Amino acid sequence: MIKGTKDGFILMLNDQCGYEVLKEELIEKLSVQYKAPADGQAVKARIEAGNRFLTEEQQEEIRQIVHQQKSLLVDDIYSNVITKDEAEQRVREKEMSSMTGIVRSGQVIEVEGDFLLVGDVNPGGMIMAGGNIYILGTLRGIAHAGCYGKKEAVIVASQMLPAQIRIASKLNRAPDQDDESHEMECAYIDDRDQIVVDRLQVLRKIRPGMTKVEGGI
Amino acid sequence: MGEAIVITSGKGGVGKTTTTANLGTAIAMQGKKVCLIDTDIGLRNLDVILGLDNRIIYDLVDVVEGRCKPNQALVKDKRFDGLLYLLPAAQTSDKSAVNPEQMKELVDQLKQDYDYILIDCPAGIEQGYKNAVAGADRAIVVTTPERSAVRDADRIIGLLEQETHEPPVLIINRIRNHLMESGDMLDIDEVTTHLSIDLLGIVVDDDMVITASNKGEPITMNPDSKASIAYRNIAKRILGESIPLMSLSDEKPTFFQKIFKLLGKK
Ligand SMILES: Nc1ncnc2c1ncn2[C@@H]1O[C@H](COP(=O)(O)OP(=O)(O)O)[C@@H](O)[C@H]1O
Ligand SMILES: [Mg+2]
Repeated sequence: MIKGTKDGFILMLNDQCGYEVLKEELIEKLSVQYKAPADGQAVKARIEAGNRFLTEEQQEEIRQIVHQQKSLLVDDIYSNVITKDEAEQRVREKEMSSMTGIVRSGQVIEVEGDFLLVGDVNPGGMIMAGGNIYILGTLRGIAHAGCYGKKEAVIVASQMLPAQIRIASKLNRAPDQDDESHEMECAYIDDRDQIVVDRLQVLRKIRPGMTKVEGGI
Repeated sequence: MGEAIVITSGKGGVGKTTTTANLGTAIAMQGKKVCLIDTDIGLRNLDVILGLDNRIIYDLVDVVEGRCKPNQALVKDKRFDGLLYLLPAAQTSDKSAVNPEQMKELVDQLKQDYDYILIDCPAGIEQGYKNAVAGADRAIVVTTPERSAVRDADRIIGLLEQETHEPPVLIINRIRNHLMESGDMLDIDEVTTHLSIDLLGIVVDDDMVITASNKGEPITMNPDSKASIAYRNIAKRILGESIPLMSLSDEKPTFFQKIFKLLGKK
C-alpha cells in the first residue's frame, strides 16, 4: 500500500507473505501506480515493514527496488521487529555499569552504556563508555564518553584534572598550565561543536534529558 | 610455614635489589630465618650487594631444571648465624629459562623451612615479573618520588591487584629532603594519594647506601646511617610491630616544639 504525505511517500509492506512474494508485489505495485515526479527532484519515501524482520541485505534490496522503479529516495525503513542481539545491545547501552577502585596506569575500562566509577582514574588509565561517565573521585587519566558516536554524552568528575577528554569524535587536551581547583565539573559538547568543561550545575540546563526522576519538593 | 614477599617496582634502578638485601638483613637481625631469591636472571646483582658473589656454585635455573637440590644452591651468609640465605639468579640464561609454575612450586617448598622469603623482581612487566610474583603471598612496591617511577608503580599495582595477592604496600626510596621541600620532587602525600595503597616506609637518599653496596655489606649492618634505621624500621613493620614513620629532617622543629616556643617554654 502506498500513501502520499507532504514529506513524501509511505510504503506499507505486507508483513504476512513470504519475502519473494513481497518483492514481486512491490515491483508490481510500484510500476502500476506510476506518477512522474513533478519537478524532477528526488522524492523521499519511508518504508514501514510492520512485523517483518528485514536483514541488512534485504533492506538494501528493497531500497534498490524502490529506487529503480520510481526513483524514490528511501530515507528510512521501520520495522517493529529487531533481533535479540540488537535488543540486548540496546539494553546494554542504556545500562549503568559501575566499579569501585582505581583505574591505574595501563588499564582500560570499556562499557557500552553509562559508567559510574567510585575511585580515581590515574594518569595513564582510561575509561571508555558508550554513554555518560560519572567519576566519584579524581580524573587524571583519559575519559572517552559517547565512544561509539553519541555526541550528547557527558563526563562528570568530583575532580576534573584529565590528561585528555574525549566525547564522540572530539578530543580535548589538558591545558599546560592550570592552577584552578576543578571540583565538581562536567564536560560536554556545546552547540559550537566543541568540548567545554564547566560547573556541574549547568548540566541540568544543557542536558535536561538526563533527569529521569519526577517530583521532589 | 613462612611468608613470601615480592619486591617489585616496574621501573628499573629505583632500589628493589637494595631494598631486598637490606630488608633481608634487617629481618635476619631480628632473629627470623630469611631466604632471598634473585629472579633477575641474566642480570643478577643481589649476590654482589650482599658480598656473596664468590660463593655461588649453583643458581635458580639449576634448581628449577633439577641439576641440584634447592639446599645445594642456597648460599649462606656467614655473618648471620644461619639466618640469611640467598638463592642467586643464573647469569648465563635468560628470563624464559624459568616459568611461573616452577617458581611457585619452589617458593612453596622454601616456605616450609624459612620464616620469610624475599623475592627480588626484575624491572618490567614481562616474564621476569610474572616469575617473581608467582609464588608471593604479598608484594612490596618500591618507588622513588619521581613522576615516571610513580607512573610505573601505578601500573604494577594495577597488575598486582589482578592477582589474588593481598593489597600491595609501598616503600618510597631515595627521598631528598631539600628537593621535596622546594617542591621540585613529589612529596610523600602526593605519592601516596596517587597510588592509594598503604605506606610501609620511606628511605632517604644516602650516599652510604652506595658505598655499603660496593663493599658487599648492606647499609643495615651500619647502625649509624639514616637509611639503615629506615630499613630496620620497615623490617619491624613487616614483623608486625607498629613503628611510626621517621621524621625527614631532624633540624626542623615539630609542631609541638613550635607551640612550646610560642609559649616561651623549651
Ligand atoms: N636509598 C638510597 N640512597 C642512595 N642510593 C640508593 C638508594 N637506594 C638505591 N640506591 C642506589 O640506586 C641504584 C639502583 O638500585 P638497585 O637496588 O640496584 O635498583 P633496582 O634493583 O630497582 O634496579 C644503586 O646504585 C643503589 O646503590
Ligand atoms: Mg635489581
